[in-house]
Amino acid sequence: MTADPFTLWHPVASEHDVPYRHVHHGQLLGRELAVWRADDDFVNVWENRCLHRGVRLSIGSNDGTELRCQYHGWRYANRSAGCTYIPAHPADAPARTICNRTFPTMERYGLVWSGEEPVGEPPTVDVLEAGTPFGLRNLPVHAPADLAVRHLQAHRFLPSDRLDSGSVAMSVEWADEYSVALTAATTDTDDGSASTAVFFVQPVDSGRCVIRAVLAETPAASDQMAVLRHHATELNALVARIEAEAALLPAPEPMVPVLQQVPLHLAEVPEAPSGRQAALRVQVRRKWETAAGVAAFELAPIEGLLPTFQPGAHIDVHLPNGLVRQYSITNGPGETSYYRLGVKLEPDSTGGSVCLHSTVREGDVLAISEPRNNFPLRRDSMRTILLAGGIGITPLLAMAQALDRMSLDFELHCFAQSAEHTAFSDVLDGLGESVVRHLGLPPDETVAEIRRLVAAPDEFTHVYVCGPGPMLEAARREAAAAGWPDDHVHFEYFKNTTEIDDSSTFEVALARSALTVTVPSGSTILEVLRESGVPLPSSCEQGACGTCVATVLEGEPDHQDVYLNDSDHQAGDRIMTCVSRALSDRLVLDL
Amino acid sequence: MEITQPACTDPVIWNQWHVISALDEVPAGVVSETLLLDERISFTTSPDGEYRVWRSSSRLPAGAEIDGPASLNGLDALPVKPEYGYLWTSLGEPPDDLFPLPEYHHPKRRNMNAGSVGVATSAPRAVENFLDLAHFPYVHEGSLGVLPHTEVAEYDVEVRDGEVHATKCDMMVPKVGVNFDEPLVMRYRYRVPHPYCVMLYYDSLPDPSLEDICAIWVQPMTADRVRAHNYMGVIDDTSTNTDIKGYQLLIFAQDKPILENQHPKRLPLDPRAETPIRADRSAIAYRRWLSDLGVTYGVIPAGL
Repeated sequence: MTADPFTLWHPVASEHDVPYRHVHHGQLLGRELAVWRADDDFVNVWENRCLHRGVRLSIGSNDGTELRCQYHGWRYANRSAGCTYIPAHPADAPARTICNRTFPTMERYGLVWSGEEPVGEPPTVDVLEAGTPFGLRNLPVHAPADLAVRHLQAHRFLPSDRLDSGSVAMSVEWADEYSVALTAATTDTDDGSASTAVFFVQPVDSGRCVIRAVLAETPAASDQMAVLRHHATELNALVARIEAEAALLPAPEPMVPVLQQVPLHLAEVPEAPSGRQAALRVQVRRKWETAAGVAAFELAPIEGLLPTFQPGAHIDVHLPNGLVRQYSITNGPGETSYYRLGVKLEPDSTGGSVCLHSTVREGDVLAISEPRNNFPLRRDSMRTILLAGGIGITPLLAMAQALDRMSLDFELHCFAQSAEHTAFSDVLDGLGESVVRHLGLPPDETVAEIRRLVAAPDEFTHVYVCGPGPMLEAARREAAAAGWPDDHVHFEYFKNTTEIDDSSTFEVALARSALTVTVPSGSTILEVLRESGVPLPSSCEQGACGTCVATVLEGEPDHQDVYLNDSDHQAGDRIMTCVSRALSDRLVLDL
Repeated sequence: MEITQPACTDPVIWNQWHVISALDEVPAGVVSETLLLDERISFTTSPDGEYRVWRSSSRLPAGAEIDGPASLNGLDALPVKPEYGYLWTSLGEPPDDLFPLPEYHHPKRRNMNAGSVGVATSAPRAVENFLDLAHFPYVHEGSLGVLPHTEVAEYDVEVRDGEVHATKCDMMVPKVGVNFDEPLVMRYRYRVPHPYCVMLYYDSLPDPSLEDICAIWVQPMTADRVRAHNYMGVIDDTSTNTDIKGYQLLIFAQDKPILENQHPKRLPLDPRAETPIRADRSAIAYRRWLSDLGVTYGVIPAGL
């Protein structure tokens, strides 16, 4: 019985086909592949087709961390192939589930292996495991793979150290459907010179293949050119014989790979996320002190890949003590094998940061939510000003790295007590002169500095601010006074320090669910809706993160959040259901 | 004679008028040959001054000289419509009129053939690319778009009078003249009056009371091979024809490698074949409109 080629591992490229910053156009069993190496040496094997408009990703660009489609600049993350940015809608976070098709990948014997639905691991070859594998030049062949394998069994070559040998015995070590191993041994002397070569045949399409040959032993450096030339000559002659025979056979029908349909929700309106969920389990791979009183964590997936994040995104961390806290992902683009967080110890907090600092250790498993992005970064500005206060550096660090990678003009102002209190200094150092440190300023001088930085409003500049409440209030005030439009200044609050007044009682009607509920004093809209079986996504549940937003169709909201800005509050068309209430007797929400 | 089934079995496309050449490129007295819907057709300007189109015949091969009008007798003649500076024909039974383009006849308008380009793609892929705004800063950086101004603002799309219209399409363009230091926002409107023809209108810079028109009229040689004929109708007394044609060919040369790297080449009409975003609303409307018309040539119909 012959094995199903779709369940086997096949070589799809050689190591030297995938140098850094290149995208290799490969093909396997009729399907085109985009094969590219990220700077962290992960080799990605993807369907060679941007799922937006079908353009080949192999004509896109590999910046070392992400692959950018040449047509509309959509960016796809290393490993997950999730879309991280859609330039046509720079203010929106892409739906997490926009994801190109990926195939399993592994490097072995100088070859990149992949397959449609491969089982197990790529083949292990004893002579290559025991030897020092040396890759020969690849040969594309216009013939079916089985024909190439049949001819390869009669292939002849000379031992690497006896290219002058006149008499050689060939033996077939083994042959299966897609590989042949041959040994050439001299018979004209008794020196016992012998070389073994393994020929892997990549089935490109029904009528095409690539022979990828690997010598078991690397020849002496001085012989390598001669050995390569010898094998090239012999293999070229072999390929000519294979193609001559193939030319006499009827051309096989080309294979037609099935293109996957995009998920239904991507073909139509985006799906609404729901619930305060912790769907992921991660392991603390590394924990270290990145600044005085700031612990950094690298959270790695226990299995599989982490979901795609964008700059500005945060995750909910469900702590061993039952608390749920939000932390920004600080990673730069392409750093997709872990999430890196920075947590400041707040001794007077209710126990979130204390737990992470003192209880959580390397090796621990944590439950986290998928990343959410309520602080998306536009990348269509001429200039971007990032203002970070203390631990507020965390989301802005991700933004700065993304802007830096795209060579966009930005400045990152870090306000901190001292150099020792500046988190992730190593990453900041890598951003060069775009980073300006403001150390040890008293509050009044901090305000004066912010006033100076936002003094000149500009249509093509956007400002992002994250830091402690007083700094955010100052930035909000100074920017407004300088004449910045609200939609050019973006804030992320750690927490909502407003005292919540939950004394009112009112009715909430849900326009789409045809449901009316009463929200009594002491309960939030979010809680009442959940009890009524209308789950809304939420995260911080204190009016700071923006996850539980709902559209207001009628009625006057009683805003108590800090996520929406003043213009949003005046417009009254959105409400944070975790803290805000109604001034009117009734609210109609688009739910 | 052997009767073969035509490759195009789509009556909507078969019975359309299709463009095959700019009038100023139709040779006089010599047979020229091209491909339309997989059929070989020949055309010429007859010695009597009439445009003639016929199914190719071995009696008058491409390059043959025509002695007199009589030598064109007895050929399998096809309908002929010289319109808007181009020669249109049909293999089926076309309607009386081509789509209207009243602006063509305005006395201030310079109508011109801005070049024809062969592209290995389907006609609907070429039309959809012409409707697309979001690729300007990437594919046409420095000409139609400028980084980092990538945002596509909301615009209006409707099907009206049997045509697809996209209006209030704003896009940031690079500085377009010596008087502009900053990028500025251009407002475009698009019109698709024919499955394979699309026009772009924008206020003319020399006379904003009138609109410049830029169009591609796509000749379907096969289901996945076309010639795109660039028509320009501008209010412009200063640029030379060579300038305008050179610019249009530059733009098209930037689109061509993208179009030839789309897979599949035929436009998929199934909504789940590709991933639309809000910026693609004109493309979504165009795909639905093609579905509603029942077009099957040059597309992958939904449900296949």
